[in-house]
Amino acid sequence: MASKSERRKSNPKKKARGKKRKILPDNEEEVAPSMESMGHPEIFPLVLTTKTQEIFSCRIDEDITDEQPYKLIKKEAILEDLQNRAAVSDFHPVKKLVREYPGDELLLVCDKDFKYGLNFYLIGTEEGKENYLNPPEVPEELEEHKEYVPEDIVYYKPPVSKPWVSLGSEKEIVEESVEESTKQITYMITRKRNEFGRPIKFSDFNASVVKDAYIECTAYPDKNFTIQQREKDIGLQVVPKINDITTQTRWTYPKNASTQYQPREFSEEVKEELGQSKSLAEFLNNTSVSVELALQQNEIMNTFVDDWRYLAEEEGTYGDKSDTYLKEYQSFTDLHNLMEKTITCVSWHPTIQGLIAVSVAVRLTFEDRIHFSGKLLLQPSLILFWSFSDPIHPQLMLESPDDIYCFQFCPSDPNIIAGGCINGQIVMWDITAHADRIENTKAGGTRSKKAMLKPMFLLEPGSNKEAMYIRHCAVSSIENGHKKVITDIHWLSNTFEINRMGSVFENRSEICCQLITCSADCTICIWDVRSQKTVTPQPAEKKKEENVEIPYDIPSTFLHLDLAWKPLAKIKLSKGETTLDHCPTKISLNEVHLLYKTPAKKPVNLYAVHDGAVHTIQRSPFYKDIVLTVGGWNVALWKEGVLIGPLLQTCCTPKRYTSGHWSLTRPGVFYIGREDGYIDIWDLLEKTHEPAQSQNICITMITYIKPWAFSAKQQFVAIADYYGTLHILEVPWSLSHPSTNEVTSVSHYFEREVKHLEYREQRKKIREQEKMELDLDMEEKKKTKTYQKSKEQIEAELKLDFESYLELEKATLINLGLLRASEQMSYINM
Amino acid sequence: MCPTLDHVGLQCKTGCPVLLTSSRTLGIPIKSTMDNPTTTQYANLMHSFILKARSTVREIDPQNDLTFLRIRSKKNEIMVAPDKDYFLIVVQNPTE
Repeated sequence: MASKSERRKSNPKKKARGKKRKILPDNEEEVAPSMESMGHPEIFPLVLTTKTQEIFSCRIDEDITDEQPYKLIKKEAILEDLQNRAAVSDFHPVKKLVREYPGDELLLVCDKDFKYGLNFYLIGTEEGKENYLNPPEVPEELEEHKEYVPEDIVYYKPPVSKPWVSLGSEKEIVEESVEESTKQITYMITRKRNEFGRPIKFSDFNASVVKDAYIECTAYPDKNFTIQQREKDIGLQVVPKINDITTQTRWTYPKNASTQYQPREFSEEVKEELGQSKSLAEFLNNTSVSVELALQQNEIMNTFVDDWRYLAEEEGTYGDKSDTYLKEYQSFTDLHNLMEKTITCVSWHPTIQGLIAVSVAVRLTFEDRIHFSGKLLLQPSLILFWSFSDPIHPQLMLESPDDIYCFQFCPSDPNIIAGGCINGQIVMWDITAHADRIENTKAGGTRSKKAMLKPMFLLEPGSNKEAMYIRHCAVSSIENGHKKVITDIHWLSNTFEINRMGSVFENRSEICCQLITCSADCTICIWDVRSQKTVTPQPAEKKKEENVEIPYDIPSTFLHLDLAWKPLAKIKLSKGETTLDHCPTKISLNEVHLLYKTPAKKPVNLYAVHDGAVHTIQRSPFYKDIVLTVGGWNVALWKEGVLIGPLLQTCCTPKRYTSGHWSLTRPGVFYIGREDGYIDIWDLLEKTHEPAQSQNICITMITYIKPWAFSAKQQFVAIADYYGTLHILEVPWSLSHPSTNEVTSVSHYFEREVKHLEYREQRKKIREQEKMELDLDMEEKKKTKTYQKSKEQIEAELKLDFESYLELEKATLINLGLLRASEQMSYINM
Repeated sequence: MCPTLDHVGLQCKTGCPVLLTSSRTLGIPIKSTMDNPTTTQYANLMHSFILKARSTVREIDPQNDLTFLRIRSKKNEIMVAPDKDYFLIVVQNPTE
């Protein structure tokens, strides 16, 4: 029985795994803890100590084994134990159970597996006991059958339905089931039959129009809503941070600061070798032909000429081409002075535009000068500075001891003026202090002393309009200088200078420092502006002694033409073969001179071309060797080196020529002034036998002509007359502007003239020869003729001759008044 | 009127300066009637010009070759006679 119940207890385990499951009914409730919760209310777990086990002889593994894990214990024994041990007894918790137990024996089962938590348990009901001890045999048998005889017939018993015992599972089902919580609303919609299947027309309907068409449940921020978002799902991606940076490296590298190179050249040996090589000779032979051809072609004609350009004359003139007359621009007269003056020399200021200086002298002959000498002393001799802006008052007046016959501005310093006097002295002025005064006519009277040359001047206090008298700052010594009037004065150019010995060398200082003068006493002097020993310019105390007389072969070979001179120890020009005294009147210097010798030289040539005094000698500004001479009644053009004669000699004119000047811009034009106040303008390209133009300027003799180019468009010519008036005339375009080929044309003309002269010379020679031959012939002829004449013829001829002679004698005597006509008869009778 | 070579020197009858330069590759003057600086200047400057001209002609037509080169300027004319190995350069003043 016990084994059955034991088996039964183990069956539920097995049956839990197997098909069937048997649930033991539990229908009793005990005070003692029961296994009701596990479905066995009759089972009461107990803990039995070993003592108790010994008492009841239910020791584990000795009395209670696996085969018989239970023991039937009598009730009284338990009660007894309870009384004996009271609280200590292990059966204390089940005390009530034991007392109320109906049976006699209680079943105590060992719970080895601690199925119910403790090592023993007590079955509290008889029924339970019974069940335990006597489990139903059928399942056991079935199990036994299964274990041992698996092929036995299994009797299928369909499960018998038992009444459902609620174990609380229906609550779970109720919880899980879904039920409708709200009541369903049923709508019935009807429609007309014929409307079914029709196309449906939808239209828009504004729900807000109709009232209560919709119920809105707008969202609003609820302040009571305090749920905070504590968690948020965001995605992160870790990316490396990228930064763009640029840097500039400064690359320093060596650069050439400068390079010096030299061309490659062959050495001499290589050159020699190459020169001798055969290939070179061959090459030259081959190529010389073509080169020759090319050279010849070029010689023949120039194929690259632009004919179109050379066809037309240059256009673009200002003013009428027909306007060829000199127009009166301005005239200046000195109204203050009492004595009648004449202008002897005119010079434009080299740098200041519109300023012209004239030297005035009194119009008296030599005897009158002596006569009026007292009066003359009172009157200062002046050089007047006229400005275009003021025709009445001269800007400056330079005083000099005596009348100035000629003067010049120093080319390197326009504030220095050198003049030659009538008495043979040279006078120097320095107007540096007044330079600003004359530059602008309104300049104030600021004076600045400069160390160039010591100026001594008298200043007249007064308004700006009054001219200032400036005294000369230096004069040459009277004994050593010229004895007669200085006829011409020139500054030597600043490129060369001449020393005592007469040799020329380079002038280191860039200033003009030497003067050359010639005078009527047949001497030419060279003066040095600087002091004797030092080169730098110094104050002018020494000036009075200075006069360097140097034997000098004047480079202006020009002078040979009409002057005779012989440089001696002093530069005296000697008299020539004729009895006339030759006085140098003008000097014209050539610009470029390099070498000079100083031999004593006779005049190379003597030309009696001009009948009167030669007034003007001038080189052409365009051609270095063409010279114009004006004097007496004609004009001549000369070429240096051509010793035969003048290139051009004009025929005698009714009026004397008194002055002349080349045109500054036109190579073939020169101006000649006459003694009746006319100016003749000669144009070599137009006519050479007479002037191209003649214009009346004033009523009296023209003493000086000086043209000046103001600008490219304006040119003036200053004409000074005998009465002391200076006329400024404007040169018309046609006279001032050269045509395109004028220079070459005029040079061609000169060349032709030279050739013409040479030809004439040759012809002369031929003619002389011819003449000589003719004479010889004639003589011979004559000789033969005389013998042929008969005696009678000779007598007749002689008689005729005698009679003609008598008549001649008579006529002569009558002319002389020695014989009257009435007496003629008596004479003849006698 | 023409440059002639006797085995010693180079002459030009008209007096035009003549210059003889060496091979094409070098362009260094061999003989000249001008002074040394001018000679070297002309040689160096003309050398590249000549080569350029020759290469131009040949590039347009490889069968062609440069026979003579003339540079005409305002003041003078430079003439070049090229060859395989040498150049002959003459400077002439053209007539007006």
